[in-house]
Amino acid sequence: MTVWTELEPLLAKVQKPARYIGCEDGVYTPDHHAGAASWLLAYPDTYEIGLPNQGLQILAEIINERPDGAAERTYAPWGDLEELMRATGLPLFSVDTHRAAGDFDILAFNLSAELTYTNLVNMVDLAGCPIRSVDRSADDLLIGAGGHCTYNPEPIADFLDFVVLGDGEEAVGEITEAVAAWKQAGKGDRLEILRTLAGIEGVYVPRLYDAVFGDDGLLVEVVPNDPAAPATVEKRTIADLGEWPYPKAQLVPLTEVVHDRLNVEVFRGCTRGCRFCQAGMITRPVRERPADQVRTMVSEGLQRTGYDEVALTSLSTADFSGIEQVVVDTVNDPDCGGQVSVSLPSLRVDAFTVGIAAEIQKARRTGLTFAPEAGTWRMRQVINKLIREEDLYAAVRSAYSQGWRRMKLYFLTGLPTETDEDTLGIATLARNCVEIGKEFHRNPSVTVSLGGFVPKPFTPFQWFGQNTREELQRKIYLLRDELRRDRGVQLKWHDPKASMAEGLASRGDRRLADVIEDVWRHGGTFQEWGEHFDLRLWEEALERAGLREEDFVYRHRTEDEALPWDHLSAGLHKDFLWQDWRDALAEVGLEDCRWTPCYDCGACTGYGIEHVVASAVPPAGGSQGTGQDLTVGGEVPVTLLPSKPAPVGARA
Amino acid sequence: MRVRLRFTKTGKIRWTSHRDVARVWERVIRRVGLPVAYSQGFSPHPKLHFGLALSTGHESVAEFIDIDLDDDSPALPSPDELDALPLRISAALPIGLEVTGCAVIPSNTTSLQQAVESCEWDIEIRNVAPDAVEAAVARVVAADDLTITRQRKGKDVTDDVRPYVLALAVVGSTDAGTLVHAHLATQPRGLRVSELLALLDPAWEEGLVRRTAQWTLIDGARHEPLPGPVEPTSTSHATVRAS
Repeated sequence: MTVWTELEPLLAKVQKPARYIGCEDGVYTPDHHAGAASWLLAYPDTYEIGLPNQGLQILAEIINERPDGAAERTYAPWGDLEELMRATGLPLFSVDTHRAAGDFDILAFNLSAELTYTNLVNMVDLAGCPIRSVDRSADDLLIGAGGHCTYNPEPIADFLDFVVLGDGEEAVGEITEAVAAWKQAGKGDRLEILRTLAGIEGVYVPRLYDAVFGDDGLLVEVVPNDPAAPATVEKRTIADLGEWPYPKAQLVPLTEVVHDRLNVEVFRGCTRGCRFCQAGMITRPVRERPADQVRTMVSEGLQRTGYDEVALTSLSTADFSGIEQVVVDTVNDPDCGGQVSVSLPSLRVDAFTVGIAAEIQKARRTGLTFAPEAGTWRMRQVINKLIREEDLYAAVRSAYSQGWRRMKLYFLTGLPTETDEDTLGIATLARNCVEIGKEFHRNPSVTVSLGGFVPKPFTPFQWFGQNTREELQRKIYLLRDELRRDRGVQLKWHDPKASMAEGLASRGDRRLADVIEDVWRHGGTFQEWGEHFDLRLWEEALERAGLREEDFVYRHRTEDEALPWDHLSAGLHKDFLWQDWRDALAEVGLEDCRWTPCYDCGACTGYGIEHVVASAVPPAGGSQGTGQDLTVGGEVPVTLLPSKPAPVGARA
Repeated sequence: MRVRLRFTKTGKIRWTSHRDVARVWERVIRRVGLPVAYSQGFSPHPKLHFGLALSTGHESVAEFIDIDLDDDSPALPSPDELDALPLRISAALPIGLEVTGCAVIPSNTTSLQQAVESCEWDIEIRNVAPDAVEAAVARVVAADDLTITRQRKGKDVTDDVRPYVLALAVVGSTDAGTLVHAHLATQPRGLRVSELLALLDPAWEEGLVRRTAQWTLIDGARHEPLPGPVEPTSTSHATVRAS
């Protein structure tokens, strides 16, 4: 039933009412019938942040294409509307047809940032559902979650009924089928559906596991308490991205959102092996979309949406086989009238050439961001981001020579083994970039954006004790003071206060549920918004729960201790990660495994899948600038794409 | 070639802003392949000219946009194609936006923002009975002057706004309250619907508000911004379709 009549009078009283009206171009009309499992797909942040999320849009399309499924979307209401909703008794609603959350079967969240966890709890509460899984009955919503954060779902395990690890394209169909059958049978025992879900590959049902703690307060293990639950839950991986040309109709919002442009995912996974990067570790192997399919999705997408900008998305777009040709074809497509700009997020400097620079600036010069991540070669060896200074300078020179006057450089601080020399190395790199700019322009400028490093599960740095807030602040000020007199360099940094809370939620265990609930009960929503983040709420909640941040965040973990996510698997062998951690400390880099022998990290071999790339030749810059001779390959698990790939819409 | 279109904004989409609608137009022009002219320079943008902004939350059946087309383009529409344009664009617009009129106008036509002298409005006042509204309307209409202080460009400005109220009358009741029709002048500063409501009674709550017409003044006669004489009336009439 629609709540639009109740909602509409409230819209006159809130900021940005267009957040709540839906009406996007491309939206499906969901068919809610008695035999269909109905999903309310949620992004626990504002509409502007959540709408562009491709995961949510992909899953909504896949579910709505099924006869036994229906899906709508919802986002976190801003504080002004939430207050009015609570005052008038209006529940959480979908933006598609303004249906009350309680009329759905499943409320499922995409989690891509840990600081949204309190918003998740708030939305479950606004949906009229008990916030803890154990308190729910058969008629209550099934609360699910997926996305990168769910590789350690333990801090929010008590709030969730099920978690999907890895790619959701296939799992979402299997869950739909199971829930639809349970619904048709009259929704009996809630445990029954939870057991069924636990039997689906890639689905983790936290209630069917117990977390066991030792007398020393350390986690001993997380073990199944039910025969339906597997001892280890393995992630799902779709073998061929070409079979999933989604979203087929990307939503075009009526109001301005972030990444307001056409987005086409050109590949999933990354094997560059940057040790700080969770996304690169958990999404292996590399699966490229066939170039012809990319072209079709771009040209059809531009015509259908009317956008004049397309982003070719991936974890490292310049690595896409034949990226230059795809960019050239898009920019020069006569149907696009010469007014289309292409943006390539996540550009590696060692693959950014004058050719790419010249092409992407034809219509309009978009912002340019490079991510050297660390200030010295030593530090970049530790984190395995093996780009040389020359690579950075060559990329910067390419950009300046093609007319860019300013660019942004992204760095991390608080990395393992980092010294002040490494931190100050950032200033040297930035200054040298400005100097190169002066060869081309009068007032070139470089913005240095500095983030505090938060170690993530399933990375070689998962054992590393995060820098304290004070230490991060000291390093930021050190760099600020160093750059004070440099006119061409602007320094921006993320407030290190929030890094502690992010660290807690990233590597915490089930005991964190009390802390997250406590922060929420004290009004701590939208914690990823700088102006709303409140460190005091987290510190007080920890104290009330009798927990110490030191134990979860700042302490180095040992090889033999249990990690809260040991019962989950991203395919990566734990001994591979440990070896990579030792290599990091020894300042030993590791080449990209796409073009070198397999290291048996587990992501391919464990699941019987392989890299899918169209080119056996590495992109410009070679293998991470190490100068290694790549013609000498070993047992390289690469599947070359067929020359005639499937058209968009065709399914194998 | 400059084309002027009339369009509506009704239903859920009324909660989008003027800026949102402008961005919708930029995309729609590209979707239907209209050969719009682009500005020159560092960051070219399509030459679209919008009329008086409509407040977020207000509906309208009388919005206007001027579009400059590229005269050198082979895709420049023929007269027949121009006739079909409203339907073609409406099909590409989101629900709630619909083109209801189209004409070629001289490229040197005064801009909509300057040319429009007055607008007519249907204003719903929530939870107030018609006779209470009648009394307030009578007081405003009878007043010799109505001095208000309002902010313009960050400064407090005191104006007599009585001359802006060209017509004001209670026209009926709705499920939620009372419906008032107002004809308000827009030059030089204009009087906003919210300001009129505050004059009637600061405690009253605005319900559904709809712009029903915009008028230009040529030699003392009122004309719709689209060419061709349209008889001025005090009721909703902006339903002339070009197709």
